[in-house]
Amino acid sequence: MGVEFSTSQLESAAIWAKKIKKSRTSNAFNWGRKHSLFTYPFVTACCGMEFMSVAGPKYDIARFGAEFPRFSPRQSDLLMIVGTITERQGPVLHRIYEQMTEPKWVVAFGVCASTGGFYQNYSVMPGADQVVPVDVYIPGCPPRPEQVLDALIMLQERIQESRGHNQMLEIRRTTVKENTHLPVVS
Amino acid sequence: MSQALVTELMDRFEQVTSVSMGQDAVVIVPRDILLDVAGFLKEKNMDAPVACTVIDWLGKANARFEVVYQLRSTTQGYRLRMKTPLDSEDLVCPSLTEFWSGFNWQEREAYDMYGVVFEGHPDLRRILMYEEFSGHPLRKDYPKDKRQPLIRRKAVTNV
Repeated sequence: MGVEFSTSQLESAAIWAKKIKKSRTSNAFNWGRKHSLFTYPFVTACCGMEFMSVAGPKYDIARFGAEFPRFSPRQSDLLMIVGTITERQGPVLHRIYEQMTEPKWVVAFGVCASTGGFYQNYSVMPGADQVVPVDVYIPGCPPRPEQVLDALIMLQERIQESRGHNQMLEIRRTTVKENTHLPVVS
Repeated sequence: MSQALVTELMDRFEQVTSVSMGQDAVVIVPRDILLDVAGFLKEKNMDAPVACTVIDWLGKANARFEVVYQLRSTTQGYRLRMKTPLDSEDLVCPSLTEFWSGFNWQEREAYDMYGVVFEGHPDLRRILMYEEFSGHPLRKDYPKDKRQPLIRRKAVTNV
């Protein structure tokens, strides 16, 4: 039993094989990562309806490889913060982020998760980035599904270039580690 | 109409006064007789606890706070509102949970948001805000920009 590839798939595979050959292996890893994002939807408010719309068949986020909503943070690598984050939820959100597998990315979905939105009061956190590092912000109240797809494509570009917050942290960590093992040259 | 009930109430308790406020029947009940009035109303088929809230009249010389109980009779079909003025120095109000257990969480919210202590409440804790929160956010003198964060990014990741 063989695996059949269409011509376009073979072509793109060939292009990628060429690119991988002349670049680092992390590029190949990142290419795989950006097309197989496992989403954890942290849905707290009305933006959740719009998230369902994106995940549904009409806009179909599966076309970009981010189909699978995992309702366990331990099995996901993309945290979608969908809705208002209150101060009381801060520790919960941080704990969920800590539980996710590395490398991981965060998208703030809607204006409340990005900045606090029209809430300016004692209970609402002014943006989820007060607690977790956010890679892509989506404005809108709620955002259109097209905006979400655009944000996902932006995130994929970031992932490919190793520019996600968590990825950069990892790079910094490994380079520091390598440097400490280098012999000291006088 | 609840007018008959209000007249009966005022005949029974001399300290109760009635206020005209649109079509709603509103009575002002002093704190000392609130429990007696509540027991009387419970017997008169006011069986549904609709809401319990507090009004903050900031700047009023005395009786800055006002606890408001909204009651309804499902058999008679009318409503009655009770207001109990409280001084900010002595923010204690008797709890009505023994008559209407539905006021349990409502009074907890009033305590959380305004700091009114309900005497005789079985479980008077904060209900919406976290335990670490200090102050009562719906008071008119709570600063608009004041935040009390539980967690912030710089404190948790040392990047």
